[in-house]
Amino acid sequence: MAEAVDLKAIGTRPVRPDGVEKVTGRANFGADLNLPGMLHGKILRSPHAHARIKSVDLSGALAVDGVLAAISGKDIPGGGDLGDNVLANEKVLYDGHAVAAVAARSAFIAEQALDQIKVEYEVLNPVLSIDDAIADGATLVNESQHTNGDTSQPASNIAAVTKFERGDVDKGFAEADAVAEGEFRVPTAHQGYIEPHACTATINEEGKATVWCCTQGQFDVRSMTANCLNKQVSDIRVIPSEIGGGFGGKTTIYLEPVAVKLSEISGRPVKMVMSREEVFRATGPTSATLCRVKVGAKNDGTITAATAWLAYEAGAYPGAPVGPGCMSVLAPYDLENFRIEGLDVLVTKPKVAAYRAPGAPQSMHAMECAIDDLARKLGMDPIDLRLKNAADEGTVAPYGPQFPAIGLRACLEAAKVHPNYTTPPAEGQGRGVAVGFWFNIGMQSSAEIRIAENGAVTIMEGSPDIGGSRASMCLMAAETLGIPYENINAHVGDTEATGYCNTTGGSRTTFATGMAVIEACEDIIAQCKERAALTWELDVDQVDWEDGQAVPKPGVNADVKPLSLADIARSAGRTGGPLLGRASLNAQGPGASFSVNWTDVEVDRETGKVDVKAFTGVQDAGRAIHPSYVEGQMQGGAVQGLGWALNEEYIYNDDGVMENAGFLDYRVPVTSDMPMIDTQIVEVPNPSHPYGVRGVGETPIVAPLAATSNAVRDVLGFRINDLPLSPPRVLAAIDENE
Amino acid sequence: MAKVHVSTTVNGQPMDVLVEPNDSLLDTLRDGLGLTGTKEGCATGDCGACSVMLDGRLVCSCLVLGAEAEGKTIDTIEGVADSDGLHVIQQKFLEHAALQCGICTPGFIVAAKALLEKNPNPDETTIRYWLAGNLCRCTGYDKIVRAVQDAANELASPA
Repeated sequence: MAEAVDLKAIGTRPVRPDGVEKVTGRANFGADLNLPGMLHGKILRSPHAHARIKSVDLSGALAVDGVLAAISGKDIPGGGDLGDNVLANEKVLYDGHAVAAVAARSAFIAEQALDQIKVEYEVLNPVLSIDDAIADGATLVNESQHTNGDTSQPASNIAAVTKFERGDVDKGFAEADAVAEGEFRVPTAHQGYIEPHACTATINEEGKATVWCCTQGQFDVRSMTANCLNKQVSDIRVIPSEIGGGFGGKTTIYLEPVAVKLSEISGRPVKMVMSREEVFRATGPTSATLCRVKVGAKNDGTITAATAWLAYEAGAYPGAPVGPGCMSVLAPYDLENFRIEGLDVLVTKPKVAAYRAPGAPQSMHAMECAIDDLARKLGMDPIDLRLKNAADEGTVAPYGPQFPAIGLRACLEAAKVHPNYTTPPAEGQGRGVAVGFWFNIGMQSSAEIRIAENGAVTIMEGSPDIGGSRASMCLMAAETLGIPYENINAHVGDTEATGYCNTTGGSRTTFATGMAVIEACEDIIAQCKERAALTWELDVDQVDWEDGQAVPKPGVNADVKPLSLADIARSAGRTGGPLLGRASLNAQGPGASFSVNWTDVEVDRETGKVDVKAFTGVQDAGRAIHPSYVEGQMQGGAVQGLGWALNEEYIYNDDGVMENAGFLDYRVPVTSDMPMIDTQIVEVPNPSHPYGVRGVGETPIVAPLAATSNAVRDVLGFRINDLPLSPPRVLAAIDENE
Repeated sequence: MAKVHVSTTVNGQPMDVLVEPNDSLLDTLRDGLGLTGTKEGCATGDCGACSVMLDGRLVCSCLVLGAEAEGKTIDTIEGVADSDGLHVIQQKFLEHAALQCGICTPGFIVAAKALLEKNPNPDETTIRYWLAGNLCRCTGYDKIVRAVQDAANELASPA
């Protein structure tokens, strides 16, 4: 633990190593690769939300001049639900579900050819909400789905139920002086990355495929694509491009097996790029939810009991983030009595994908609104109520483990004295407060450090850089090696060029891959000390590493000049060969990150429009390696959360067809919608990381939903339970209440 | 369909390119001329990732036909830096960490440059409304606005 160490590089704000490429247009993203002889692939998508596929006839497309290959679901033989999502087999399960694909000389020809594919459907009823999905006699999305796999019970759209509880909830509520409760709905929202999914694939006569794509995890693309095609991971090389946003949505695959298969049939490279409409209709999104929560407290603010019933839409296949939703809903609180129940519910909407702190924004929206109502009933400041019950080091989290050092209390205390909090909201504005939380993850990472003959350092690692992580890697290497940041560069390797690395997700990259980089640097230092000892004819334990050079330890009698990294690298051929450091690990102890957010809003009572006038985020980063990029995560997550709170939602017609599949109608926040987003980084070091790092990427999206709801409650004098707080909903609520 | 021959000037260089009649200017730049710095985020004029200058006017190149470039002058992200190095706006985007993933960055830089050429001293509200046609999903816009403010200050008072 380096807490007391005087840090030189960490905490500074240098320009990222890949920056110039990205401000000049040189950086290559998913759609930027073109290969000689390349074809263009396009996908035919279902116009129905739910239908049985009776037949698919590709012959019309194959007859089009310029079409070289066409496939349907049977051509993707493996992958289970994932494969069925990539190309549907027996049923289409949502509007936009992929049914067939063609590859042609141009994208235009490919699109024209899609019109010549004949698909015969038997249209079935859509299932578009949790209420409809769990009602008696509901249409079944999957006729062989039984809750928790229990075939003694009838088939159900409830794929799974999870429950956990502690203490005696009834006794706890009996002891409460005040109780707040409610039913809250959060709509389906999309990650909204600006770069549509794209890939290019080629496969040779030995069956060896190469896939270029924009992804958060090249190794997952490799294994998922191999599964879908019944191939071995060693048959596929995946080369990650730069990635234009993901937020969890690029942790899975949609196009890659299709492109490989089309390449196999045509013998040509095949490029596939989604349109924005395809991105909305057929990728992501995250779960819509229906949450019922209840929380009670004594007059002094001590929470005596809480319950949460949390239903999450999974989309067409099981796998909603209901587990993390349940685990996070009460994570900020030290509780004796609670009961949490979660449902994974099938509906005829796209299969959900991870979205920044998957599951937490929805459940914590409900609970943090109820906590706010409770504070009003008790006449307590909302931060004081949370301080009274805050989880701390040693608290047993509702989901089981005991928290090590965590920063919730530090964040609440920082918020309480922050000038943006001690200054009351302006006339006519309301303020809302909420707490955010995310577990963060560790998992597997590899890193190599290579030293050029001039002493320049190259880091090779496997975590796609989605928001400046190369800079963090270089800063941690600079700190560990004791050399200038400018002497270091970091590269993200493909599946053949770097050791295995789990996906960029779970806010793990700076923590886990960073730890691998630090250990690889320590390996280099150990090697440099050995080389210096050899050169100086000393024992290795007589050599130290200080400020980027080998020096004899104090008291060692040796008349030698220090050897820099460059000195050692230059003569490496005489001391054992090139310098190559390496580390691979399964990082433990990622360290949860907590936040406190508050926002001041205005409501136009004539139009129902909510204007965000001020927003402040306080968050524990453990240790901010590059503070600008930590702030950037906090600001970006805040604005995504505000968009979800205020505007973003999937709108379906009664037939289950999405009506707002574009950025004009699915309106993400634009510059003029937002104020400056104030941030304060709190640093309660994570004891499991050499420099104290906690992941910071996901927590910021969690609290803005409830903070916004609570601010609107403050200004209106009544609560609107459901999101988004869009003008029509707010106006209707005003009309109803006034 | 017969291809259309287009003579145009891109980043100061005369260029000839054959385009399909239905190709957008964005397609022409990216696929015809290999200038992939201009990005496609939506192809419907809603995200601004494809922003370029057409005869000195800021446009979404996805909403212009390639054939319309005939005889016109086009400036793209690839022409923003010159032999002296990065443009001040590019430098400020780097210093302020005003990009995370970087896919929207070329469009923002082209749009911000157009703003500062038109209005060298914009206030925060002006910057926010001018850039409202450019979507960024990573940064929350805060650092982008600050980078543009700082670039305006530096351009107004060269060191």
